[in-house]
Amino acid sequence: MTTPTSADVPVTGIWEELVTSALLGTDRRTPPGCAPGRAAPTALLDTAAVETVRRRAGLRPARSAERLERAPEDPRPPLPAAAARRLTMLLADRPGTAGGGRRGTAPDLMELLPQWLAAANARGFAAPPQTLPALLDAARGRTDLRPAALTFAGPRALWLARLNPDWRFALRAAPGGGAALPRPEDTDRVRQLWEEGLFAERVALLAALRARDAVGARELLASTWSTERAEDRLMFLDSLRTGLEPEDEPFLEQALADRSRNVRATAAELLSALPGSALAARMAARALTCVAVDRTGTAPMITVEAPHECDAGMERDGVIPKPPAGRGERSWWLGQLVESAPLGTWPARLGGRTPEEIVALPVADDWQGELHAAWCRAAVRQRDAAWARALLGSPTAPEAGGPGAVSLAERAKLLGTLDAGERAEWVAGFIATHGLSEAFQLLGMCAVPWAPSLGRAVVDALNIARDAGSYPWSFSGVMGLAERCLDPAEAGRLDGLLAIPDESEDASPGAGGYWAEAFQRLVTTLRLRAAMAEELRAG
Amino acid sequence: MAGSTFDGMTQQGVRRSADQVLALAPDAASRKAGSKLGVAGPWSGTGSSEEGAVWGLCKGSGSEPYRTVVDIADVTGPAYQCSCPSRKVPCKHALGLLLLWAGGESAVPLAQAPDWAEQWMAGRRGRAEGAGAAASPGSAPGSGDPEAARRRAERRAERITAGATELEQRLADLLRGGLAGAEQAGYGLWEETAARMVDAQAPGLAARVRELGAIPSSGPGWPVRLLEECALLHLLDQGWLGRERLPDDLTATVRARVGLPSSADGPAVRDHWLVLSQYDTADTRLTTRRIWLYGAGSGRTALLLSYGAAGRAPDLALPVGLALEAEVSAYPGAGQSRAALGERFTPPEPTAIRPPGVTTSRAAARYGEALRDDPWLESVPVTLEQVVPVPDGDSWQLADAEEDTALPLTPAAHRRPGLWRLVALSGGAPVKVFGECGHQGFTPLAAWPAEPGPAVQLC
Repeated sequence: MTTPTSADVPVTGIWEELVTSALLGTDRRTPPGCAPGRAAPTALLDTAAVETVRRRAGLRPARSAERLERAPEDPRPPLPAAAARRLTMLLADRPGTAGGGRRGTAPDLMELLPQWLAAANARGFAAPPQTLPALLDAARGRTDLRPAALTFAGPRALWLARLNPDWRFALRAAPGGGAALPRPEDTDRVRQLWEEGLFAERVALLAALRARDAVGARELLASTWSTERAEDRLMFLDSLRTGLEPEDEPFLEQALADRSRNVRATAAELLSALPGSALAARMAARALTCVAVDRTGTAPMITVEAPHECDAGMERDGVIPKPPAGRGERSWWLGQLVESAPLGTWPARLGGRTPEEIVALPVADDWQGELHAAWCRAAVRQRDAAWARALLGSPTAPEAGGPGAVSLAERAKLLGTLDAGERAEWVAGFIATHGLSEAFQLLGMCAVPWAPSLGRAVVDALNIARDAGSYPWSFSGVMGLAERCLDPAEAGRLDGLLAIPDESEDASPGAGGYWAEAFQRLVTTLRLRAAMAEELRAG
Repeated sequence: MAGSTFDGMTQQGVRRSADQVLALAPDAASRKAGSKLGVAGPWSGTGSSEEGAVWGLCKGSGSEPYRTVVDIADVTGPAYQCSCPSRKVPCKHALGLLLLWAGGESAVPLAQAPDWAEQWMAGRRGRAEGAGAAASPGSAPGSGDPEAARRRAERRAERITAGATELEQRLADLLRGGLAGAEQAGYGLWEETAARMVDAQAPGLAARVRELGAIPSSGPGWPVRLLEECALLHLLDQGWLGRERLPDDLTATVRARVGLPSSADGPAVRDHWLVLSQYDTADTRLTTRRIWLYGAGSGRTALLLSYGAAGRAPDLALPVGLALEAEVSAYPGAGQSRAALGERFTPPEPTAIRPPGVTTSRAAARYGEALRDDPWLESVPVTLEQVVPVPDGDSWQLADAEEDTALPLTPAAHRRPGLWRLVALSGGAPVKVFGECGHQGFTPLAAWPAEPGPAVQLC
């Protein structure tokens, strides 16, 4: 607001005189229109009171500042009322406000926000505008939430984020700083953005284009390739991972001669994921000379003769000559050759055997670990389900549970090459045989909600763990996953677990009560998830 | 909740929204704890009756579940009973139960109340009828000997007069020596004077003196603000000392500003009152809750005040955005919005009522006019029609959609998260905003989008 102007200039002058007198004291400066002396302070206060009320009563609106551009329209339908209320509750449950310690029976609402957002996005609802600040704050605190939260928050959130520095991240995360990317058909604008845009905009543009028009994206990249900086080249090259196709080979071959070692390594990795590429053939030729079947003994056996040197050709094809500390250089080179060789070449080399038969063959001289690990990496890189299945083996095999040739981390990656149903069955079988202690990483690979057989395997295993007398927090990781991933339809099957069981002699003291609490939280969370899904379906 | 889409609307009307339930929570911790219990898991034996009881058993850490029952039909607001040891009212179990109930019929079906719930409800109804018969409005003001009460009032007035005279002396000393000295003297000087005013039984004067103490450290421009507040305090002293010569209305205003209690003896206005906003301010001694109401028929805006001891929630809680039919009586004094809530005839229900709004120029003028009746007014309640939040340097303003004028937001409003909810709701388009308009600017408290929809709370 502004104080009265023009006609009131003398009045403003009086006020300033009054303030000066008040600040210095009436003994030092007599206020305007007052006699000096004992009565001066009261006279000053009298005049100041009149002026204060006069100034306040005369307040007028200020001139408005420059208006904002309006937020873009969000064409999506609004959330159903119940879902909107639920969202408010989920967003109100901020981490850090809890007292910490034991989790009790109440569900962890913030942990449910990701799947709420995914479900709302799947149905294409618009966020209520007044929830955008809380959504942006939530996404600010948790980077894993950002993509889903920003998708749900929609165009108005980007409009809002431009007004508050706390929410800058949203502009960085969103392609083109929130401005819409040009459509692939609009070649002039694509070309202009590619040549003049900021790095983040160009990465987003290339990724978006690659998803729709693989050739166009590659050609766009090739057009400026030689002038890009090394770290930018690395990022751009990485975007070719999407929709990688044999036609990319010439470009990637050329990148094998890049000045930057990281660019060369990435190009080689991409080429080795194309089994028909010349690089893959070269690597296969090298790898095949190292591995053979020896039939001289009583039973056939794989023998390994690791490379003796890393020549210039190998280096050009992306083999890193210097091993990390603690590894022998020959086995290091062997691993790189085998992981880059197309898996399809092995059956012919190893006596026409299937992947299962090859994996089952004994390997001479302790090379099994190195060899199998390299095949695992190849199966993941080439997304070869047949080899992955062979390397995973039977989930119920005794060696699957222990530290075998294939580590848990590798197994989890191998599972990623199988389809969701097969993955769930394998993990269910694993848990049924080996229990939950090693299952966390594998469960993380399974599709949500868990398939019925997998869900039952987890619940049964939890039940067994409880009966064995351990404390539930030994399984808090799996419990937390179960809360988020178990099919809500399974909630009814858990009712029997909610009671506090009689304490057996070998049980840890009080464990039964804690288990009942943990199962209550599980059931509560499942019911809540069912309610959430129902609310979103109402729209 | 299957199948409850549109036919469920009427039931939803009575059922409160989760936000409204959470507004009943005494503090943030209860709100959080309650929202975690607002799911089916820990509950069993839940039900509700046509008479407005909601009950359930909540599994806690002990072996016996807690018995929780809430009377939601009482027009004076929900009443709670829970067997848990918590001293908070409502406790987290009552909040959780209401949230569950707000969620829909499937979790809390209509049922026959169990004995323990039935007994408590019956006890309440009995007491309520007894109380209703005894306390009709206007009867039995105060108790005891009227002559003794008159003498007490006279003694208090004498003390206040002594206090006001002393305060005048201190103000004169301050101005004689200069406000610059006040900056060095610091807070202690004011605290001591405030304590003298408490002794003089003039809490209104004490509060103003305490605020004077904070001004020298309030940033640039403090001498102007300090002179303004000193002058207004002087004006209040003079108002008190010369109250015999003032019109009755203004005398009542002065009495209220000095801190004398009064009763809401204005005529009861029966109306549909829309709850515009509810917010708490707290200092070390007291939590003050301010609830703004708008009467659809009378067009009046009324302020309900409710107090709680430090750290405790005030008793009165009304759900923002809903409307209830009730009687409201004004407190005496010119230019005063304060009123008391009398009899309530309906529970709060969803409504399409929105207060009519004015331009920013009219809002500023309205504050100026209100100062004629009460020169000590900080702000007046105003609804702005068709305004757009606009950033202005480091601050924000509300600009008229059709004119080149705008009201700046108060510094306090910039720090509230409600500002961003308002900006998000607007999206650069005009909205309707209710708030407090005063010499420091505008404090938005509630807003409505251009399209139909309930009020969005901003505080």
